[in-house]
Amino acid sequence: MAGLLTPDITAKIGQANPTIHVEVTRRDIQKYAVSTGQTAKKYLDGDEAPPLFHFGYSMEILPPEKLRHDGIAEDKLIPPLPLKRVMAGSSDTVYHRPIRPGDKIKMTRRLKDIYEKEGKTGPLIFVVTEVVVESEDGEPILNETTSLIAR
Amino acid sequence: MLRYEDITVGSELPSRDHTATIVQLFMYNAAIWNPHRIHFDHAYATEEEGYDAIVLDGPLQGDWIGQIVTDWIGEDATLVSFGYANRRAAFLGETMTAGGQVEEKNDDAREVKISLYLKNAQGDVTIPGHALVRFN
Repeated sequence: MAGLLTPDITAKIGQANPTIHVEVTRRDIQKYAVSTGQTAKKYLDGDEAPPLFHFGYSMEILPPEKLRHDGIAEDKLIPPLPLKRVMAGSSDTVYHRPIRPGDKIKMTRRLKDIYEKEGKTGPLIFVVTEVVVESEDGEPILNETTSLIAR
Repeated sequence: MLRYEDITVGSELPSRDHTATIVQLFMYNAAIWNPHRIHFDHAYATEEEGYDAIVLDGPLQGDWIGQIVTDWIGEDATLVSFGYANRRAAFLGETMTAGGQVEEKNDDAREVKISLYLKNAQGDVTIPGHALVRFN
């Protein structure tokens, strides 16, 4: 094992970003539905959000001068990794109920795990995060687990 | 109407082609508030990051395979879980084909497990995925 993960990195495991609070609007759902090429009327009319609609809520709203040169906001949850090439990302979501217009929801993203493995071509670092979306009343809406691999 | 009893393991879900335009990609990144330059700045994507062209967002491609499921079930079943992985890049101008296949049926739970794919014109899968749906 290469021992790439320093205590500074592993200390971040379990930490969460500040919870985001959102009031879902029909117009936001309609924009998402049209731009993704949905055909279902309930999505195009904004009566219900498509399954990956919540993804946009994870994007921090920052002025241009606060973004990196590539246009991305610094990810405060994932510490700088000693391996820089991100190979693959994946997303797995369990749904409890759809998001609808007028919903007041809260979303929290937490760093679940960072671990390393020896791959065929060298060391790999796995980063796992969990996104929990629920209503302001605490009704579960969805749980998403994302992972990325750096080498 | 889609009935649980009529679904057979191994059967294919209706596939669909997507060819994103620069306008659609702009609308998508505006809708999700994504200012990552590889999705709208051709000179940046090709000259500074070395891509062949403007890059299609992974979650947009993930959405396309999700639609294979939501279009198939309509109101006849509910989506229990859905996942996708980014395997390789896809570019503006490419026609991507989304599709899926029934992998398993669970009669007790009335659930159907589906495998999903998004592939380019060469047949390379850029985004594999999976979904579980439940019938009443």
